[in-house]
Amino acid sequence: MLKFFTPQNQTLLRQLVITDFKLRYQGSVLGYVWSLLKPLMLFTVLYLVFTYVLPLGKGVPHFAAYLLLGVVMWNFFVEGTTMGMGSIVGRGDLIRKVQISKPAIVIASTLSAAVNFGLSLIIVGIFMFFNHAEVSAMVVFLPLVLLELLALVLALSFFLSALYVRFRDIAQIWEVILQIMFYATPIIYALQYVQPHKNLLVLISLNPIAQIIQDAREMLITTYTLTTHEVLGWVLGVGIPLVFLALLSIFSIWFFKKSSKTFAENL
Amino acid sequence: MPDDRPVRISVDNVTKVFKVPHERSNSLKQTLLNFRKQGFETFKVLDDVSFKVYQGEFFGILGRNGSGKSTLLKLLAGIYVPSEGSITVNGNLTPFIELGVGFNPELSGRENVFLNGAILGLTTKEIEQKYDEIVEFAELERFMDQKLKNYSSGMLVRLAFSIAIQAHNAVLLVDEVLAVGDERFQNKCLKVFADIKKDPSKTVIFVSHDMGSVQRFCDRAMVVHDGELTYIGDADQAAFEYKKLNFPESVFARNTAQEVPFELRITNAAGRETNLFKFNDKVQIHITWKPDDRIKNAGVALFKDDGQYIFGTNTIIDKKPIKQGESIIYEVTARLGTAHYLVQAALFGQDDNDRIYSVYDGPTFSVAAPAEWQGVTYLDHEWRM
Repeated sequence: MLKFFTPQNQTLLRQLVITDFKLRYQGSVLGYVWSLLKPLMLFTVLYLVFTYVLPLGKGVPHFAAYLLLGVVMWNFFVEGTTMGMGSIVGRGDLIRKVQISKPAIVIASTLSAAVNFGLSLIIVGIFMFFNHAEVSAMVVFLPLVLLELLALVLALSFFLSALYVRFRDIAQIWEVILQIMFYATPIIYALQYVQPHKNLLVLISLNPIAQIIQDAREMLITTYTLTTHEVLGWVLGVGIPLVFLALLSIFSIWFFKKSSKTFAENL
Repeated sequence: MPDDRPVRISVDNVTKVFKVPHERSNSLKQTLLNFRKQGFETFKVLDDVSFKVYQGEFFGILGRNGSGKSTLLKLLAGIYVPSEGSITVNGNLTPFIELGVGFNPELSGRENVFLNGAILGLTTKEIEQKYDEIVEFAELERFMDQKLKNYSSGMLVRLAFSIAIQAHNAVLLVDEVLAVGDERFQNKCLKVFADIKKDPSKTVIFVSHDMGSVQRFCDRAMVVHDGELTYIGDADQAAFEYKKLNFPESVFARNTAQEVPFELRITNAAGRETNLFKFNDKVQIHITWKPDDRIKNAGVALFKDDGQYIFGTNTIIDKKPIKQGESIIYEVTARLGTAHYLVQAALFGQDDNDRIYSVYDGPTFSVAAPAEWQGVTYLDHEWRM
């Protein structure tokens, strides 16, 4: 792992991320502003719908910021894994023509998504301020939660990108899985709604995205949030997600390493 | 050949096998459906190839299209991984396989230099240091802030070549990309390669299907044929071995090992030595010999790579008797199909049977013809309706 971060690979990563960012909004009138406007507009729609039409956030303090944080984190997960999946195939021209660090291509795609996520978090911050969110002392652990999310996206990107080289219909399958996960994750509803159904509550809490989003909400918005460690207890609530993440990472990196040898031939 | 120079590239028993599924399935669905009738066809593209390249060498790899040459090139560049055996490269390697990889038309020239440099394995610091040199060599000072999509193809190639050449790595892997840009930029590139050839710290691997350029540049060369290494050693001998692969044995049947006191060279109409021609180009064959009173007649014959005798004539048939000259130019228009061609020449006395000197394994050249018409040569013709 340490062998990877040579000055050459660092430069490559930076150039790939910068290029991606420059190209993303090129030719549009508002340019970079879009990267802030997009989550803002999506959030406005969601907020109106879930406050006035389908009030699933009733009883949740600071629901605006609560909802926005969940949406922004989920968006990063979707964007990160989708971009990650296409990263190797999308850079096929490079892989077929020069020797290039393949992990760098995947990492760059995750970092690109992370840059957008970072910008979106600024919007979240503004809403937190106006919404008088109750930042708890646990916020010192926020970097760890964000790191967990980043690691999860990266691990899935490694796995999906290698699989996508071989099977192009993974894109459709992943889209469906994401859709299912969106409803299986307490993003637009408060987890308290599920509390009467004990088994379902445990199942949802085991979902790593749910655990990450709920932890972040508890730290930043309100302690009213029902987190995984509250549902399962501290040992299981922290242990299971960490073990899952570790296993997923090991498997994904192994799979990627094994597949990457023949990327140039199969692309 | 024992050599005490450090080994730059070591290729040990490398075999490369490509697996091609009978039915290429790109989707999971298809793969699951075809689960039971899945089969692979394997192609052995390279078979147990071993060789070493030493520091300071200009090493040639000759092979026809489909010989495994390109696969070997990609293996050396680290793009492919060998199925068996190993390849060790000591030092950084710059591939000149395809230039301008990763160039993005929407970015400026300057931004592309940084992107392409990073892809070639340079660090930001190195690119910053070399930036001015790159721009200067490419002669694009005024265009660096323009988007690449506004560049001409010549400008693109110049920029790409400049970045790659400034990578200054210890090992250069050069495919036949030298034919880039206009004549002037080509000469500039050739000069750069001549400088590199003089630098004992640089190693160059030059891959080509043109034996002329290999002979001109390389100290040592190897020939790949049907995935196997058929010859490695002296560049001239390698060129000859390669020629034997391209032309049937019968063409060389009468070849004599005698020292021939005359020389054959091929140039284009401008007098520049080359072996690559396009259809309808003028091919000049320069024949130079030591003074000899017996010589009254010179003949030139052209053979195609399948051994077919294409055309031959001599100065007596053409009623252009040799005067006192010791050098003549035979200029022929290449109204020929795409192929390799071999030049044979002979000097005669007064009589055709009085053959004084002959060269059967003369230089070769290749012609690239448009694909519209078929056959060996283009005949003047018209349609009457």
